[in-house]
Amino acid sequence: MQDISYWLPLVWAAILAIAVTLYVILDGFDLGLGILFPFAPEEERRDVMMNTVAPFWDGNETWLVLGGGGLFVAFPKAYGVIMSGLYLPITIMLLALVFRGVAFEFRWVSKPKHQFWDLAFSWGSIVATFAQGVVLGGLLQGITVQNGQFAGGALDWLTPFALFCGFALLAGYTLLGATWLIYKTEGSLETFAREKAKTALLVMLVATAIISLWTPFAMPRVAERWFTWPNMLYLSPVPLLTAYAAWKCWQGLQLEKQLQPFASAIALFLLGLLGLVISNVPYLVPYTLTVWDAAAAPSSQMFMLVGTLLMLPVILGYTVFVYWTFRGKVRHGEGYH
Amino acid sequence: MDMDAVLLARIQFAFTVAFHIIFPSFTIGLAAFIATLLVRWRLTGEDKFHRLARFWTKIFAVSFAMGVVSGIVLSYQFGTNWSKFSEIAGNVIGPLLGYEVLTAFFLEATFLGIMLFGWTKVPPNLHVTAAVLVAVGTSMSAFWILSANSWMHTPTGHEMKDGIAYPVDWLAIVFNPSFPYRFAHMFTAAYLTTSLVVLSVGARYLMQNRFIEEAKTMVRMGLGMVAVLAPLQMVIGDAHGLNTAKYQPVKVAAMEAHWDGSKPADLVLFAWPDAKAEKNHFEISIPNLASFIITHDMNGLFKGLKDFKPEERPPILPVFLAFRVMVGIGLLMIGIGAIGAVLWWRKTLFETGWFLRPLTYAWPLGFIAILAGWWVTETGRQPYLIYGVLKTVDAVSNVAFGAVLTSLILFVLVYSSVFSMGILYINKLIEKGPAGKSVEPPNEALPSRPLSAAQGAARDAMGAAE
Repeated sequence: MQDISYWLPLVWAAILAIAVTLYVILDGFDLGLGILFPFAPEEERRDVMMNTVAPFWDGNETWLVLGGGGLFVAFPKAYGVIMSGLYLPITIMLLALVFRGVAFEFRWVSKPKHQFWDLAFSWGSIVATFAQGVVLGGLLQGITVQNGQFAGGALDWLTPFALFCGFALLAGYTLLGATWLIYKTEGSLETFAREKAKTALLVMLVATAIISLWTPFAMPRVAERWFTWPNMLYLSPVPLLTAYAAWKCWQGLQLEKQLQPFASAIALFLLGLLGLVISNVPYLVPYTLTVWDAAAAPSSQMFMLVGTLLMLPVILGYTVFVYWTFRGKVRHGEGYH
Repeated sequence: MDMDAVLLARIQFAFTVAFHIIFPSFTIGLAAFIATLLVRWRLTGEDKFHRLARFWTKIFAVSFAMGVVSGIVLSYQFGTNWSKFSEIAGNVIGPLLGYEVLTAFFLEATFLGIMLFGWTKVPPNLHVTAAVLVAVGTSMSAFWILSANSWMHTPTGHEMKDGIAYPVDWLAIVFNPSFPYRFAHMFTAAYLTTSLVVLSVGARYLMQNRFIEEAKTMVRMGLGMVAVLAPLQMVIGDAHGLNTAKYQPVKVAAMEAHWDGSKPADLVLFAWPDAKAEKNHFEISIPNLASFIITHDMNGLFKGLKDFKPEERPPILPVFLAFRVMVGIGLLMIGIGAIGAVLWWRKTLFETGWFLRPLTYAWPLGFIAILAGWWVTETGRQPYLIYGVLKTVDAVSNVAFGAVLTSLILFVLVYSSVFSMGILYINKLIEKGPAGKSVEPPNEALPSRPLSAAQGAARDAMGAAE
């Protein structure tokens, strides 16, 4: 039986993983709509697209606050290293989210002169997504740490790999956004979304394949984890299930299913995140800080855990309630505005 | 990291936090005001209370949204710009901020939604209860934030191991020595600020001869609060000052521009403190009064700036001047309350133009006083970030000058464009007034969305502008 300082960091890592996963999936599809905006110049379509996420988007974004706050509380060292190591992309992401968030509301207010806020929404979403991908890539490739502090340069994160992760995430969120639209809309918008979803799916699969090969080649530890016996056997369900989810997504698009493409896209994201966890466990900042290195004092983690365990079910239940309340297709003119 | 980058990081934090504090300090008081209006509506059945509550709820929604968006940025800046602080103090500060996030989360997710969108969706008593709970919740948020801030001024309940703070006694951490005073002072300040805004808006309508019934209620409620709270705030501020004198004597010396601790201190009404020459220029002062205020004894002694090494002193000029701004506004508020009370008693309050007209411009006073007060307390603890434990220069992230400069410029650009629009909307809402067409709550009832209420309000504002 290990003592509490062994288990607490794991519990917190799990809570953070849940928060990040929920954030990526929930905010992923509404950011995806912003990425799709330039391809749907018609005002009517844009109105409906906005309306499909109107009741949810700021609830979705609060998971980002919980992710950032939780990281600070549970793993202050990792929080400091990651935030200062990836200073520019994180700052740009936050500012893009601010712009995009208010654009959601100001767009309706400023009609018919809403062109500026259309641009703000679209570019805010694109920049925020790209920056998130870069943050992910920058984290995966490791951050220079000395004496528990970030010790690299301001542009260390700026590598082909990190930029590629940015592009990959653009494709991924587009897939989530497009499949969400299929589920939530009908008629020509649904057809439009199906076309875009196919493209996004193909791009995302190619990008995922490239990243899956790039990381083990660039990072021997990742190769060791995936390509040694018997790990290879135990981990084989991950790529197999990914292939299956990709096929189900494509099939759902071809057969004009409603929910199947979106559900498969979520499954693809879950498997991708699982793959990242497998590659990097037990590191929070790859190859320098493990969950135990970066953990706050057990007393701090415990103090916060009490409140979190009380609140998390409430927040989750509430999220489910909101999605249930606003279920069903959204039609033009009967939106939330 | 060089000094310039530290300075930029400090400017950036000061800019973003000063922008942020404006909104919560308003919404804390406003939530309570709205809850009071709704309770009075339930008790009396008078429709004007309901109209007023709806009117102020729209303004609340815009302010709350601004507070949320600017708050997210802050929760990340501890890591982006102050990572050594996060590492050294994270064990202690983290959970305090974490509880604040959870409180905000809980609020946003439940009661706020009902308060903003539940006007016709839920039974009136549930709606009133939700408004009361929102007021309680905003106070809880303030509780945790001020606890964290106070701990940085008067750290207790922890132990240092290898340069890292570890919690020993959570009760001692949460209720650290300066916390009760700071909480009472800030809380009262928030209520005063809101009361003055309410009073000012009421005075504006009276002068414009619009919404007379609502305006009279606003003037009465706002003035009543100012008349009671402004003197009370002076008492609380005095107690807070004594607490500061005990734990951070150098800050008090800077506030009073008191150099020589071996003599009783004069109360400096105005001066230009000169840190290099270690004396005050152009000083106008009242003999021994500062000694009386700090020690409650005309000949009492308290430490002067010369009792501290120059590198342990905060920047004196800004602390000294900001303190005078805060106290000056405080005295002005006491004056407003007193004169208003006399006019009220003589039953000429609503006809006295020389009193009401200047009041229409008085709404920013509370905000200025709050910013000045924070300036005093935060600048006054320099060069420390955690008093006696961690110096500000040692707390900063290892981020390059260019990166911080870039982010600072972006913050200034984005904040000034986005938030000036929000403030513009609030002003337009006020211009339109409470008796505008009673806006049906959007039938969509979007519970987790403060911004969409702001949007409905903003649309009204645009309507008013046309």
